[in-house]
Amino acid sequence: MIHINDLHKSFGEKVVLRGVDLEIYDGERLVIVGRSGCGKSVLLKHILNLMQPDKGYILVNNIAIRRVGQSDLFFLRKQFGFLFQGAALFDSMSVSENIALPLVEHTDLSSSEIAKKVAEKLEMVGLPGIEDLRPSELSGGMKKRVGLARAIIMDPKYILYDEPTTGLDPIMAANIDKLIIELSDKLKVTSIVVTHDMQSVAKVATRVVMLHLGKIIFSGSVDELYSTENKVVSQFVKAEAEGPIQPKPIKY
Amino acid sequence: MTNIVASLGRSTIAFILEAGSVFIMVGKVSRYLLQIWKNRKLVYEQMMVIGVQSIPLVLFVGVFAGAVASIQTAYQLKGYISYNYLGAATSVAIFIELGPVLTALVIAGRVGASIAAEIGTMKVTEQLDALESLAIDPLRYLAMPRIFSGFFMIPILTILADFVGILGAYLVAYINLDLAPEIFFGSVKEFFSLLNVFSGLIKAFFFGGTTAIIGCYVGFSTSGGAEGVGQSTIRAFVLSSALILLNDYLLSVILF
Repeated sequence: MIHINDLHKSFGEKVVLRGVDLEIYDGERLVIVGRSGCGKSVLLKHILNLMQPDKGYILVNNIAIRRVGQSDLFFLRKQFGFLFQGAALFDSMSVSENIALPLVEHTDLSSSEIAKKVAEKLEMVGLPGIEDLRPSELSGGMKKRVGLARAIIMDPKYILYDEPTTGLDPIMAANIDKLIIELSDKLKVTSIVVTHDMQSVAKVATRVVMLHLGKIIFSGSVDELYSTENKVVSQFVKAEAEGPIQPKPIKY
Repeated sequence: MTNIVASLGRSTIAFILEAGSVFIMVGKVSRYLLQIWKNRKLVYEQMMVIGVQSIPLVLFVGVFAGAVASIQTAYQLKGYISYNYLGAATSVAIFIELGPVLTALVIAGRVGASIAAEIGTMKVTEQLDALESLAIDPLRYLAMPRIFSGFFMIPILTILADFVGILGAYLVAYINLDLAPEIFFGSVKEFFSLLNVFSGLIKAFFFGGTTAIIGCYVGFSTSGGAEGVGQSTIRAFVLSSALILLNDYLLSVILF
């Protein structure tokens, strides 16, 4: 279980998180929605201590992730898989080297065992036989799926997805959604998905929270999300131009 | 006036903070030096990139630096001192100054800038975050092999540059002055001092380390997109070159 308490984060004068409180329960598929730039990815990175809060704390399995030493932090991180928005594959490595890296670094498995596990994960994400390709030879959707294979290679307890379907065509997006559900069911992992793709939310989420102006303003099921009377949430869900959320005028 | 003092104060504080950050990074990286054997594959790869792949450039620069040193020294000796001492004069200049400094400067351009660009690109494309998320410390995985290879390989490249530099110097002396090899190399041998060679190598050791440390630090502090990476590349080269020359002065004062 992950417990986020009163999380604050600013970048210079820009306040991004203004006291986020959130419980993430084991086994659920939690989707965090919100407008672009509202701090969803920042929140996700705090969970792994890739960013440090100005105030507040995060407990992972009752351990304060910010307070632990490096070896304990790395021990906790090994329980997570993180799919980055742009996949963040290492350019200098092949697909198989990318996926195998955590196994090479953290296990004593032989090369043949590692190759077998890499092939198995690539099969799971629907990309068998592409071990020798370089990231530059992959399409956007393939990169995300390779990123996902890398995220699950250590069989994590938690998988964090940062906008997994952004920039993909609808068919590829649907495939990624299907994968998220399959992985959650097969591996019994806790999934935390950050997105503003409402089609994806409807398919994937067992619970949805909405982040707005640095705070969680909604938490509930997909049905509750669509039937809420909260005008901010309703405008976002229905993708309406008129309503309480208005783009800030740009100063030139 | 107040504004100038305030601006000077801000720049001084920023400089001290940045210098402190570099030392903190070096301190953290040095903890991983005990794990060199465990990370030998990464270290070997960087030794190839920083050292072996730089050999053609270093040989090219070494030959021409030696040749120019020979021409300039001959010009200065003309009419005052016998050309018999040309070998001694050029070799000493190559061992203590030209070899280490020119090697380090070309390495700052080739390696320092490329380290900054590579790590900087990894930073802006979230690859550093990806490493962290996989429980891999970028300081161990990226910085330690590069910094160790910088310290270790630049002295080796300097030995090569010294060697081809003296050959280049002799070649010019033979073509221009028809100087016999036994005279040229005889004077090299007569004035040869291991202290000169080691002084040059000590300089090269610090120049190499400085270049790699600055490349890594600048890479890790990159922000923004492609523009940020471009700026980091320039910054790494300028900072490394300036620090090489500053170190050269300080080490010359200490060593000679």
